Amino acid sequence: MKHFFLASILAGALALPAYAADYTIIAPANPGGGWDQTARSLQTVMQQEGISGNVQVQNVPGAGGTIGLAQFASQQKGNPNALLVGGYVMVGAILTNNSPVTLKDVTPIARLTGEYEAIVVPAASEIKTMADLVEALKKDPGAVSWGGGSAGGTDHIAVGLIAKAAGVDPTKINYIAYSGGGEALAAILGSQVTAGISGYGEFESQVKAGTLRLLAVTSAERLPGIDAPTLKESGLDVVVENWRMVAAAPGLTDEQKAAVSADIEKLAKSAGWQEVLKTKGWQDTYLAGDAFNEQLAKDVSATEAVLKDIGLVK
Amino acid sequence: MGTLDFLLQGLLVAAQPMNLLYALIGVTLGTAVGVLPGIGPALTVALLLPVTYQLDPGGSLIMFAGIYYGGMYGGSTTSILLNTPGESSSIVTALEGNKMARAGRGGPALATAAIGSFVAGLIATLGLAFVAPYIVKLALVFGPREYFALMVLAFVTVSSAFGDSTLRGLTSLFVGLTLASIGIDQLTGQARLSFGVPDLLDGIEVTTLAVAMFAIGETLYIAAQGDKGPDKVEAVRGSVWMNASDWARSWKAWLRGTFIGFPIGAMPAGGAEIGTFLSYATEKRLSKHPEEFGNGAIEGVAGPEAANNASAAGTLVPLLTLGLPTSATAAIMLAGFQQYGLQPGPLLFATNPQLVWGLIASLLIANFMLLVLNLPLVGLWVKLLTIPKPWLYAGILLFATLGTIGANPSVFELGMLLAFGLLGYVMRVFGYPIAPVVVGLILGPLAEQQLRRALSISQGDVTVLFTSPIAAVLLVIAALAFIVPLILRARGRGEVLAQLAASED
Repeated sequence: MKHFFLASILAGALALPAYAADYTIIAPANPGGGWDQTARSLQTVMQQEGISGNVQVQNVPGAGGTIGLAQFASQQKGNPNALLVGGYVMVGAILTNNSPVTLKDVTPIARLTGEYEAIVVPAASEIKTMADLVEALKKDPGAVSWGGGSAGGTDHIAVGLIAKAAGVDPTKINYIAYSGGGEALAAILGSQVTAGISGYGEFESQVKAGTLRLLAVTSAERLPGIDAPTLKESGLDVVVENWRMVAAAPGLTDEQKAAVSADIEKLAKSAGWQEVLKTKGWQDTYLAGDAFNEQLAKDVSATEAVLKDIGLVK
Repeated sequence: MGTLDFLLQGLLVAAQPMNLLYALIGVTLGTAVGVLPGIGPALTVALLLPVTYQLDPGGSLIMFAGIYYGGMYGGSTTSILLNTPGESSSIVTALEGNKMARAGRGGPALATAAIGSFVAGLIATLGLAFVAPYIVKLALVFGPREYFALMVLAFVTVSSAFGDSTLRGLTSLFVGLTLASIGIDQLTGQARLSFGVPDLLDGIEVTTLAVAMFAIGETLYIAAQGDKGPDKVEAVRGSVWMNASDWARSWKAWLRGTFIGFPIGAMPAGGAEIGTFLSYATEKRLSKHPEEFGNGAIEGVAGPEAANNASAAGTLVPLLTLGLPTSATAAIMLAGFQQYGLQPGPLLFATNPQLVWGLIASLLIANFMLLVLNLPLVGLWVKLLTIPKPWLYAGILLFATLGTIGANPSVFELGMLLAFGLLGYVMRVFGYPIAPVVVGLILGPLAEQQLRRALSISQGDVTVLFTSPIAAVLLVIAALAFIVPLILRARGRGEVLAQLAASED
């Protein structure tokens, strides 16, 4: 009996490498956040859909993902089974933190999901429309306090872009950074700040309950099922999308890169992934290959420009 | 249907055999991870999230709630017995609890922590059921200036936890405040005191500092003393259980701790630690045996332990009523809700009453299970102290290191653990208290951020700090807490000076 157990354990150990790829996914954030959720959803779906037999998620938190990025780039070099989750917030964090490692030092595979920003005010606020808010901003930029996520993050960048589009000096904006959308939400609900900005998902239930007024969303087109104009309709030429992506290690051969890309494509097209997108309320923004790399380069240069305007990057 | 009917219906949901099993798994796991320093309930729930994908929503949320409550329980055990806080909210417990354990009173300390947690969990969960909507309204009134006033109050009151010498206490506090300013400044996104080291950009992790200062520092201290260490640890002196005087001194502390911890836990920027600080300070002020504080006063264990469990229930108030996670564990529980397409928020009580009330009822059951699980174990836990010192401290070192690596697999983090351990050792050798360093690290950034937010919103007008009624009241209490002892001291000056001289040698 004992021998049988030993034999089966041995057999199991030998059988493990037989799987196509046992991925390790690095979530460069603490458990609970968007990147962690993305990584864990990837893990679930990859196992469900039989893309990989054994997927591990590892959290390497810190500094807007740049710690995880740096560790990933140096330790996983040439490892075709390592993946890194990242996103737009990382683009900003690399610039504000002066990170020596950038997205150029990893192999971006594909953009997977995205979320648009929403601009809200408390239900009792005198501000009824985006035009009212812009007017107040033009009158006295400092008097309009914006509550949102961390400094230099997507929310902050969006406010900078809005100010710029409205012809207001972006260095004059009064942005109050909170450690996350949740803590900002409390400040908005308590009318501690004039307006709030964060991913639409953070505000959804409050908007539906009528405690927050949704002024605008930052998408290019109106979002299905959401009764709010885009910023473009409100006369501001601003589109901001907080996207999330998956990257592979640096130094892969073309074949290895193609294999990872194929696995991710299979994942993105799978029914299991579509189900995850639906329950989490994430937009499907799958974009891979050269098209993604082009978009990435565009986002990086636009972000650098606006962070300079706000004064966060010299 | 009234709240009571909903709650009874919830109890029926939670009392289903499968749900009872999930609750049992949850509290057992939670206690285990609470005992390990570094690995907290947040990481455990995150690891289990994919596993529970197959379960029904009710069952998995019930399990998560069990882990959450269990973690709060488990954290106290290592604090008391090994002076190694498993979670940042049980740091204060180590102050008096470990002193009690060394005097052979580990049993009563563990018991008052367990029963206090039960009482607090019970009252706070009922509070969650009945007054959540009102508490949440109160919590929203708290803006930056009110939080700042609360932090001022916390700073003033916890200074009583600074040991006998004010100068040494303040020195320790400022070491903590300096460490707190390391990392990216949250309001401007600029790095401070990080010296180009990327690992320092996010500042210093509270649990790393606490585990290093308490566990590693202590281990080095004991090791340096060799065999001639003066403090012989007695495992058990007298009864393992609480005697009549323990009960008499504990029950009021439990209740006070609960009423301090619950509302602060419910505040979006409150957190479990501040409640424990305030509770400890309150108990020290009100105690009939103030001289025992610092030498193992049972109130100093009972109050803070009740406060941290009450704040765990408090955290669920904004989560369920606003969809607002105020702790890492709550954030993952929110992800757990979303996994099933549920959006916590103002509508959740209306759209999914069965689930919400099932969850609240299962918290009551989990709380009861924890008491049943933990009380009989007290006798067993205390035996830990009879392990020969070299083995015991080697074990502590191992667990502290494993816990730190488990939470963040980074060489730099381990280096910091060792460096702060050395700092803790040096401070012990020279008689500087350890707790204020950790207090400074926790309260410093909160106070700074809230102050700067308040001033930023008012565009630099300082008067706003005093013009809100709540902030004004809190500041007046803080001022009284600061001035009254000064006057008392000035009156009985000779006596106090004599005491100072006596304690300084």
